[in-house]
Amino acid sequence: MRFSKLVLYFLILFNFSLSKLALSAGKAIEYPDKNWSFSSIFGTFDKASAQRGFQVYKEVCAGCHGMRLISYRNLAALGYNQDELKAIASQFEITDGPNDDGEFFTRPGRPSDKFASPYPNKKAAIAANGGAYPPDLSLIIKARSNGANYLHALLSGYVEPPKDMKVPEGMYYNKFYSGNLIAMPQPLYEDGIEYLDGTKASPDQMAIDVTTFLAWASEPELEERKKLGVTVILFLIVFSILSYFTMRQIWAPIKNKN
Amino acid sequence: MTNKNTPDDKNKRDFLQVSTYALGAVGAASFVWPLINQMNPAADTLALASTEVDLEQLEEGQAITVTWRGKPVFIRHRTKEEIASAKDQLLDGLRDPQTDEERVQNEKYIVLVGVCTHLGCVPLGQKSGDVKGEYGGWFCPCHGSHYDHSGRIRKGPAPTNLEIPQYSFLSDTLIKIG
Amino acid sequence: MSKPKFKNPVVNWIDYRLPIFTFMNHELNEYPTPKNLNYFWNFGSLAGITLVIMIVTGIVLSMNYTAHIDYAFDSVERIMRDVNHGWLLRYIHMNGASFFFIVVYIHIFRGLYYGSYKAPREILWILGVLILLLMMATAFMGYVLPWGQMSFWGATVITNLFSAIPLVGESIVTWLWGGFSVDNPTLNRFFSLHFVLPFVIVGVVILHLVALHRFGSNNPIGIDVKGKQDTIPFHPYYTIKDLFGLSVFATIFAAAVFFFPNFMGHPDNYIPANPMVTPAHIVPEWYFLPFYAILRAIPDKLGGVLFMFGAIMVLFVLPWLDRSSVRSSQFRPLYKLFFWFLVIDCIALGYLGAMPAEGIYVVLSRLATAYYFFHFLIILPLLPKIESTRPLPVSISTPIITASSNASTVMAMREKK
Repeated sequence: MRFSKLVLYFLILFNFSLSKLALSAGKAIEYPDKNWSFSSIFGTFDKASAQRGFQVYKEVCAGCHGMRLISYRNLAALGYNQDELKAIASQFEITDGPNDDGEFFTRPGRPSDKFASPYPNKKAAIAANGGAYPPDLSLIIKARSNGANYLHALLSGYVEPPKDMKVPEGMYYNKFYSGNLIAMPQPLYEDGIEYLDGTKASPDQMAIDVTTFLAWASEPELEERKKLGVTVILFLIVFSILSYFTMRQIWAPIKNKN
Repeated sequence: MTNKNTPDDKNKRDFLQVSTYALGAVGAASFVWPLINQMNPAADTLALASTEVDLEQLEEGQAITVTWRGKPVFIRHRTKEEIASAKDQLLDGLRDPQTDEERVQNEKYIVLVGVCTHLGCVPLGQKSGDVKGEYGGWFCPCHGSHYDHSGRIRKGPAPTNLEIPQYSFLSDTLIKIG
Repeated sequence: MSKPKFKNPVVNWIDYRLPIFTFMNHELNEYPTPKNLNYFWNFGSLAGITLVIMIVTGIVLSMNYTAHIDYAFDSVERIMRDVNHGWLLRYIHMNGASFFFIVVYIHIFRGLYYGSYKAPREILWILGVLILLLMMATAFMGYVLPWGQMSFWGATVITNLFSAIPLVGESIVTWLWGGFSVDNPTLNRFFSLHFVLPFVIVGVVILHLVALHRFGSNNPIGIDVKGKQDTIPFHPYYTIKDLFGLSVFATIFAAAVFFFPNFMGHPDNYIPANPMVTPAHIVPEWYFLPFYAILRAIPDKLGGVLFMFGAIMVLFVLPWLDRSSVRSSQFRPLYKLFFWFLVIDCIALGYLGAMPAEGIYVVLSRLATAYYFFHFLIILPLLPKIESTRPLPVSISTPIITASSNASTVMAMREKK
């Protein structure tokens, strides 16, 4: 038994070092923890916030950042009905083709279309942004360590640079960006957009909303996953207890003989 | 467990073991379901765009084939004679009795999934030179099923009429399949 | 050993012609197993079950995966977003790799602690090390398939190890790649190999089991079974114990899959592979970290590769390095101490493998690497000469079999004397 206890201690230690690893893999910069609706074990997405976040994405981010893995139909998960989805999709121009004449053409979007891309290809995106590629946002929260807090911090991190720092042309100072110089200009301003639901569009509100939206885009399965997880784990715990007592019962004659 | 042979004790034991194994079986079976279900059409496949077809250029007596959900869809602009022959057909003796009215939205155009209901071949009859079978509609070369101008099975092994896809007329000559 | 009569006449009819039921009855039902196995003996069957889970989820994932550099990343995301239960299958497979290594590493350290590699089980042990090697190759190639940044750069770094081989190194790397960098041909062949190697593992696992059943399981006391009184049939005693172990394991596994699916992964692998940009910190999956630390500890390219592979090669010859006739460390006080030093050393190597290769970490990596080889090559051969082992019990059934039986075992021994 002492062996097992020691192993347990080592497993705990090992886990501890793993979580430290996860931290040390990130940057030394600490991001404020925003306590997201979706980050706790049973957490879900705040749908109203995600809908506003979609509006922020559409009106602010979508000019440069694509979301090539998301379709308009996916937005149903944020609480839009079929007619609303059709209306949303039809606001966008989608390049389709070739048609019977061999030509590419544009048409209004349909729910089954992927989000319209701001640039025809990656090279065009780089060329239009002075050599910096605006990353696709479909997976951005999963693709950064501590993604949600990172993104929120980044969007709120545009402050005056220190006096002794020279910010080159085309770069911007951001206190949460690694190296502090980022090619993306500050995207969110007080009342930069007008929310459809009348919420006051403060930069922090917009940063929270768009982060919630992008967190959903990164892990659209999150709510279903957690819900199924609760069922599965409860089932397995009951099964573990049952099989433990069955084992005790079966082993009883052997144990008693000794 | 001092006296393990009393019937009461044995029942208790059986109950515990049986419920453990039953629960284990339930667990294993529910793990199998995702493995099976992943082969069903995925969300993007189900959401696949419907097809819109402009029939303005389609002359009387001509037919076009369009692709919808990976399958050919036959659209035929029927002649007056063809419409008449399809309409006049008595239902008696048809293998899968349906009137022509049940099978068209606009009697000028018949829209069919071009897949033989026997074993899934694509019947002939779309091109002018094709063999059209004894009833002038379509003929499946695989096992010899004959379809009439309404796509009804008339002769051969196919059990049912050619399927009608879900479609609607957006205007007089524009239809949307799916 | 008379042929068992089966109640079912159909079974009897088949068994007369194809004695599969006799075989199963013999190997899984009445198979005599030491009655004092503790929970560490659960990890063999757990590893087998995890292998099956990996193969089954892997097969269904392959039905939805596209092995092409332009589509691989997106096809994995399609599995995550559109395929029915796709996210579940992928997260099981992805975390399953980590859990497979957790289970197998515990299984290996159990073998080290209880001396399960000693005569007559040397081939059993060697087959096990072979399985570990195959697992590593399979896991490495599987990690390449999603074609994220870590996939690409992991593949680049690991395949480049072979360039350390003198003279033919470069040609071998070009051959592995099927081109002049990790590219589409590489992805295709890795997919093919990743698909087929698990079945090779199954084959070696079957040999592992044949070798195991030749002499039966070792046990915590490490002495041979003396007769029928020392064993119990495998079924129902160890089937139910394995079932209980499986249910606990599945609970922990499910917690990871459903609530922390990306804990053991790396965020950079959700960025599509970009051959022009290397991520700032490239780290292998956690189960390779100790070996990665050894690789980086040696300041010479070829040397690093040799030492890294040497760390596994030394396991192949372990039965001949440790010549002590006593198996279980319960009766080898010094060996037990050094066993725990080795465990600490391996964990330290794992930690150092994840740290940047600079400053104090380099020094520590070198010390830890040196100790690893020192343990196997110097300590183990020397120990039997200086260690006084504790007296062994006469048989498994002589002492009282309880979890804390150490003291009473020795007491019983002394009374006998």
